[in-house]
Amino acid sequence: MIEFRIDRRSGVATYLQLVHQTKHALRLGLLQPGDRLPTAKEVVAATAINPNTVLKAYRELEREGLVEPRPGLGTFVRRSLASAGTQADGPLRGDLDGWLQAAKAAGLEREDVEALFKSVLDTHY
Amino acid sequence: MGTDTGHVALAARDLGKRYRRGWALRNCTFELPLGRVSALVGPNGAGKSTLMALSTGLLRPSEGAVEVLGNTPGTGGTDSKLAFLAQDKPLYRRFTVDEMLHAGRALNPRWDHAYAHRLVQDAGVNPAARISTLSGGQRTRVALALALGRRPQLLMLDEPLADLDPLAREEVMQAVMAEVAETGMTVLLSSHVLADMEGVCDHLILLAGGRVHLAGDVEDLLANHRLLIGPRRAEGHGLPAGAVIEARATGRQETLLVRNGGWTATTGWEQLEPTLEELAMAYLRSASPSRSSRSPEVAVA
Repeated sequence: MIEFRIDRRSGVATYLQLVHQTKHALRLGLLQPGDRLPTAKEVVAATAINPNTVLKAYRELEREGLVEPRPGLGTFVRRSLASAGTQADGPLRGDLDGWLQAAKAAGLEREDVEALFKSVLDTHY
Repeated sequence: MGTDTGHVALAARDLGKRYRRGWALRNCTFELPLGRVSALVGPNGAGKSTLMALSTGLLRPSEGAVEVLGNTPGTGGTDSKLAFLAQDKPLYRRFTVDEMLHAGRALNPRWDHAYAHRLVQDAGVNPAARISTLSGGQRTRVALALALGRRPQLLMLDEPLADLDPLAREEVMQAVMAEVAETGMTVLLSSHVLADMEGVCDHLILLAGGRVHLAGDVEDLLANHRLLIGPRRAEGHGLPAGAVIEARATGRQETLLVRNGGWTATTGWEQLEPTLEELAMAYLRSASPSRSSRSPEVAVA
């Protein structure tokens, strides 16, 4: 089951942090259709955030068709965001891994890689 | 009072309280909807404890009115659907935790003994231990169990986290929020540590100098304000005075907190949505007489 991490200093609304982290887990295949999300009580008992915030995040995910509430049982994943390309064992990930090894071998720092990656990313998307 | 008191946990209308030395609270008007977790924020002496005492019926208003869950407090003891935990967390130091819970049972007509016991157990407190031997965090958890044993619909906590270490603060808030998730109760908690409130509260009541300066849904309040950061201009920022809550200049840079779309016709400013702490601090500073002569009107979202 997914475990949420709240950054109170990030300036990003708490419910959005929950939405982003859930989607991130769906993209990476860490959450899959049929998996149950933690209940509001489980989340707040671990993070001390407002349960209304958890419910708001789940409503947002439901609105996007990613999860569905099953009365009395909890909230369950309906649809995955993982595509073949984002899987842990996918070929694109392997290519990226190889590229990053080359970048590291060429002496690039993490910040250099991030800047380079983002600039190329921006030209394509 | 209001037209839909069925959705309101706590409502104040022109509420005021005068002590011999002057007004502690004046022209106080707000509504706290049911099911919300609200922060009651303000500097020392802002009137937070007075407002809580008026809500519990421990004090009577000098003017105006307050309603708790549709009833006027003080007409027959504290409302049985309300629980209040005072800042000093009053417990009998010589009692054991078990004896304290039995006192809770004897003193409260509405009392869920099994529930109060479970809360103490969840806190890892030994029921046979004397109150005087407990840590600050454990004492808070026992006091909280006593308040929650009343099965309140509205829980009011006066500075519940003061004097607690960071781990105990986190554990107390986790315990309170878990009960909110379970019961849907409304919570009003006062604090002057705003960082503790971020992510916890979805509603804010900001008091300063005995007046309400800001009240409403946190997201609405944040959406209704912007921080504008830009170069300091010799001719002044040029924004309508009523829209600017606070203007601070440092060197060549000026930072403004602007409300209600006062930023729409501006150029050359970086616009950011404030955090809850930035918003509250700007209002508190602008309300402080030593900092500024500007006193913004009440903003209600």
